[in-house]
Amino acid sequence: MSLLEVLGLSKRFGGLQAVGGLDLSMAEGEILGMIGPNGAGKTTVFNLLSGFLVSDAGEIRFRGRSLHGLKPHGICRLGMVRTFQIVRPFPQLSVVDNVKIAALSRRPAMRDALDAARAVVERVGRGAREREPAVGLTLADRKRLELARALATEPTLLLLDEVMAGLNPTEIDGMVRLVGAINAGGVSVLLIEHNMRAVMSLSHRIVVLSFGEKIAEGPPRAVAADRRVIEAYLGEEYVHPAAP
Amino acid sequence: MDPTLVGQGLLSGFLFGGVYSLMAVGLTLIFGVMRVVNFAHGDMMVWGMYLAWLLASRAGIDPYVGFIVCAAALFLLGIVVQRGLVERIVDAPHETQILLMLGVALVLENTALVAFGPDPTRVRSPLTQSTVWLGPIFVDLARLLTFGVAMALTAALGLFLARTDLGRTMRAAADNPYGARVIGADVRAVYAAAFGVGAACVGAAGALVSPILPFQPTSGLGLSVTSFNIVIIGGMGSLPGAFAGGILVSLAESMGAVFFSPSMKELVSFGLLIAILLFRPAGLFGKTAA
Amino acid sequence: MKLAALLAVGVLAALPWIVSSYAVTVLIFIFFYAYLGQAWNIVGGYAGHLSAGHAAFVGVGGYAAALLSMRAGLTPWIGMWIGGVLAAMLGAFIGYLGFRFGLRGFYFVLLTVAFAEICRVVALNVDAVGGALGLYITFTGNPRQFQFQDNRVYYYVALALMLGATALVWALEHHRLGSYLTAIRQDEGACEALGVDTFRCKMLAMVLSSFLTGVGGTFYAFYLFSLQPNAVFGIPLSVEIIIRPIVGGAGTVLGPVLGSFILSPLAEISRTYFAQGGWNGAHLIAYGILLIAVVLFLPQGAYPALLRLGRRLAA
Repeated sequence: MSLLEVLGLSKRFGGLQAVGGLDLSMAEGEILGMIGPNGAGKTTVFNLLSGFLVSDAGEIRFRGRSLHGLKPHGICRLGMVRTFQIVRPFPQLSVVDNVKIAALSRRPAMRDALDAARAVVERVGRGAREREPAVGLTLADRKRLELARALATEPTLLLLDEVMAGLNPTEIDGMVRLVGAINAGGVSVLLIEHNMRAVMSLSHRIVVLSFGEKIAEGPPRAVAADRRVIEAYLGEEYVHPAAP
Repeated sequence: MDPTLVGQGLLSGFLFGGVYSLMAVGLTLIFGVMRVVNFAHGDMMVWGMYLAWLLASRAGIDPYVGFIVCAAALFLLGIVVQRGLVERIVDAPHETQILLMLGVALVLENTALVAFGPDPTRVRSPLTQSTVWLGPIFVDLARLLTFGVAMALTAALGLFLARTDLGRTMRAAADNPYGARVIGADVRAVYAAAFGVGAACVGAAGALVSPILPFQPTSGLGLSVTSFNIVIIGGMGSLPGAFAGGILVSLAESMGAVFFSPSMKELVSFGLLIAILLFRPAGLFGKTAA
Repeated sequence: MKLAALLAVGVLAALPWIVSSYAVTVLIFIFFYAYLGQAWNIVGGYAGHLSAGHAAFVGVGGYAAALLSMRAGLTPWIGMWIGGVLAAMLGAFIGYLGFRFGLRGFYFVLLTVAFAEICRVVALNVDAVGGALGLYITFTGNPRQFQFQDNRVYYYVALALMLGATALVWALEHHRLGSYLTAIRQDEGACEALGVDTFRCKMLAMVLSSFLTGVGGTFYAFYLFSLQPNAVFGIPLSVEIIIRPIVGGAGTVLGPVLGSFILSPLAEISRTYFAQGGWNGAHLIAYGILLIAVVLFLPQGAYPALLRLGRRLAA
């Protein structure tokens, strides 16, 4: 049984077909990268998967269960959690209290949730900063916080929306290592990303979206060499780092 | 149901709609340009009424002339409120803005209460005595004049927004405040002017209505709610919407009074507000609220 | 902290035997409005949904208890809970409409005002519940009818209400629901994404808040011995309810209490001082100015500001 099955997913906004007939599947333990130009519908897919938008047509099955009609909190409870492209920390709370909110969904007792939250904050490498107010953090740390919060919900599948955006190369390397470690710990990842180095090195498979449709799918190398992908998104100048 | 009565109601409602439109246009302008909900709108209108009353009773100036002074006074008040208060919380969460304007409403309403007492009053204008007959239906000259002046003012406002530089800048700021700043518009001045003009509209509306409607300091809330009703129906930020909404709501209220009792009119007004709040989403013409 | 709290409670308990009868009356109002403010605090402060129509719950609760007492001879000691439940049902209805339809901020405020005004107009026009004259409760001084000869008993009832509500809010803050509400206030979408059933949490807050407020309505009715539709359902009462937590600190445990201790004496002084000159409503001007000042300079209220000051002095 695959972890995630998406069949014929469609969403239209007025005259714009944001997502059209998308088929997607993910196996347990894999990292699937989703790339494509801006406006391709990637974040819309995330919104549909996580229950923030209702699809016009199509099916989403998570661990064999249909997600039809479920609200975001219900989907999170089932084990699929998303992060936001523009991070949304709770501004009036500290780092650990931010994560505690997420932990409470699995551990209703305040004490347990706090312990779990501190552990997660430690795991993303920010244990020393746990009491800092979220609002004063650097972008890189806010991204880590966003990730930590999602982790605290003890997900099976993590939807990361441009988690590398705005980070410098050092920060990106750090984030890539972190995501790799999370995956090694058993969490599957569906990753929207524009940073090609990160996507290519992390992903087991990649799916390419353009104008709401899937135009390519496969292992990173194959996708990078795909004519259609090069035309639609990567450009002639792109050379896959591992290519000869 | 007596058709004359219905006809009378329709005409009354339509004519009174002119004032409602003017009132609503002021509110929607402020919201459209600055995304500020003027909770003190009704109370500002009440001050327009009382100023007209002062002018009439102390200086013998008829409200159909004095409305200019009322508009000017409220214009200044609007600028003061914007510059002195609202500007400071432009980036604050919405709740803050609501509380601020609520505070302003409290101050305005109770200053009026202290200054003028709680009893209802009205402005005596000779025009309320003369009536014009249109077949079996009559209308007093005052209502006709109120409608006419209100329409003229609304038209003037429309021209101002369409033809003058300041007006166009206001519309630009309403559409895209960030963009307006980028092109060098003095957004603070535009905001102050918008609030001022919005307040002036309601000051004039108050003066125009003072001879035909009894008023007291506590009338403010009801007028605010009616303004919100109209603006939400017509679409927050939409001037044509406020205009059309004003006439529509006035007709609905008038028919409500004809077919039900006057106290039920308030129920209809609030019931309508709830229905609109639930089903808006953006009114007939409107932009979505921030 | 616990010691200071116990000390404060002890002092408050002893006060009626020390201070004048007039002071006792003022303190009763301080406690009672702190109680109402604390009830409002749950949905207006913690959940961040401003309601300007909480007077509706006072009215529903008060009218229910008063009518049950007057018409059915039911003791208000039971009537108050029925009043609370009825108020909670109204609160649930308003909450359901507001939250299902995604009303926030300004729109939610308007919704609450509309309902309160509808209640007011209905109470004003339906003669079966007293109509424009309202309800008058005959003074019997019978404790079983929630009436006491001695003002001091009212004092302790009001004190118990305030302490009870404050303890409840304190417990809420240390419970998952409190954390959730605080987060919902800041970013509801993020909460949903993290597994929080925001609709359920907000409904709980609304029901709890309106229930407590409704129970307060009984105290209102049987302390003032009369219920006037304009007074008990009107905006002025809603303003009295919200201004204390806002000035004192919405979303904090002690905010409503501090706010009440600041505002009630202020209202009392201006009422006495100005009423002599016929300046009714002058205290509301003071409220308005205070509200503006708090919003501009101390947006989180007096209590957090005092905490910051205390921290700075200690450092």
